[in-house]
Amino acid sequence: MSNNREFYWRRLHSLLGVIPVGLFLVFHLSLNFTATGGEDAYNNSTGVMDLVPHSLLLIVEWIVIYIPLLFHGLYGVYIAFTATHNVNRFGTFRNWMFALQRFTGVFLVIFIAWHIFQTRIQKALGADVDFNMMEQIVSNPLMLAFYIVGILSATFHLANGLWSFLVSWGITQSPSSQKVATYVTMIFFVLVSIIGVAAILAFV
Amino acid sequence: MTTAVGTTTRTVKLEILRQDTEGGATRWEKFEVPYRPGMNVISALMAIRSNPVTADGKTTTPVTWDMNCLEEVCGACSMVINGRPRQSCSTLIDQLEQPVKLEPMKTFPVVRDLQVDRTRMFNALKKVKAWVPIDGTYDLGEGPRMPERKRQWAYELSKCMTCGVCMEACPNVSEKSSFIGPAPLSQVRLFNTHPTGAMVKDERLLEIMGDGGLANCGNSQNCVAACPKGIPLTTSIASLNRATSVQMFRNFFGSDHMVD
Repeated sequence: MSNNREFYWRRLHSLLGVIPVGLFLVFHLSLNFTATGGEDAYNNSTGVMDLVPHSLLLIVEWIVIYIPLLFHGLYGVYIAFTATHNVNRFGTFRNWMFALQRFTGVFLVIFIAWHIFQTRIQKALGADVDFNMMEQIVSNPLMLAFYIVGILSATFHLANGLWSFLVSWGITQSPSSQKVATYVTMIFFVLVSIIGVAAILAFV
Repeated sequence: MTTAVGTTTRTVKLEILRQDTEGGATRWEKFEVPYRPGMNVISALMAIRSNPVTADGKTTTPVTWDMNCLEEVCGACSMVINGRPRQSCSTLIDQLEQPVKLEPMKTFPVVRDLQVDRTRMFNALKKVKAWVPIDGTYDLGEGPRMPERKRQWAYELSKCMTCGVCMEACPNVSEKSSFIGPAPLSQVRLFNTHPTGAMVKDERLLEIMGDGGLANCGNSQNCVAACPKGIPLTTSIASLNRATSVQMFRNFFGSDHMVD
């Protein structure tokens, strides 16, 4: 039976995408949004993190972010590459969402790996993660574009992932409940995208 | 567009993906057959069979395909027609753009030409126990009554003819993945709805909670869009998602409400 665990892995993948990874994304973008209030507002709000003891912060980071994110990302890449896309034959809205969910997912693995290298790992190596650091990163127009695409991929992947979470756990069953969930999650996508993009543009 | 005046000179242009052996090389062949009013794809294939000559005059082998009922209830004659999987019996030539492109449903092993091997679907039906268990060593008597409205609803699910169209449409059913596919999943919901069938409903749920089971659905919802019988496949899948969510906790905590 030990090799008959795919159902549980898939359900875990679905759950971790929302809790904690999805929650973390909303928290992360909201915190970044304080940059729209200027350099001091951003540095003050992110500085709160430094009040947490370093060892505790590391434990929380690994348990709440890195391990769930790694599992979700790596298992997600496996899922993405077992699909055979056919949007040219079946150009329905849901089939496009299915394909986009997988494309954004694979792109996010690359983007997030780079993002962590550029910020968190640099911090571990002694750099200061603050307004100036982000200002320098996005002063390169290519890097700014990369970040904007990354943010939009993340917000889309979360919003559409919430829709499939509701189906995968049997919460939305009927076609009309799934349609309502489509509208709600797409509004969510727009709102979180505005927060995320406004935040990154505040560093420009 | 055909510009001929009478039915005697009008023709139907077809392009067919040919394959001589299982796993063998494929090639496209063009055909042109006389038009008759009310033709379906099968009658065009029959015209090729009676005169297996390609459009450019070369003699070839007759095209192989499966068919049986000719009224869209057996599911045998499914093929990809102009890019869409559907039944060749109920697909009328008049409603198709020409040339009519015919391909086998390549999500299944191609036996020859348009003939595919749907064994994996029949194995899946056995796996999920897609039947009502009524065999006993003595007369089990009448089963519980099914509410009439429930029966009417379940009848829609029972229209599945194992034609394989949903499997061909599904991006997660392929040689790359072990996904059982939409049709057998919907049958689990059908037989778990039946009052007698529900007596082993936990066994069916456990089967689809195994590798390549229910959770491999990626919600592209192509199946429900493609199903020729209009079966609410994605509603069945979402309903099973809820049933397996409950079953998962029952298993974990050793519940004694396995068939409640």
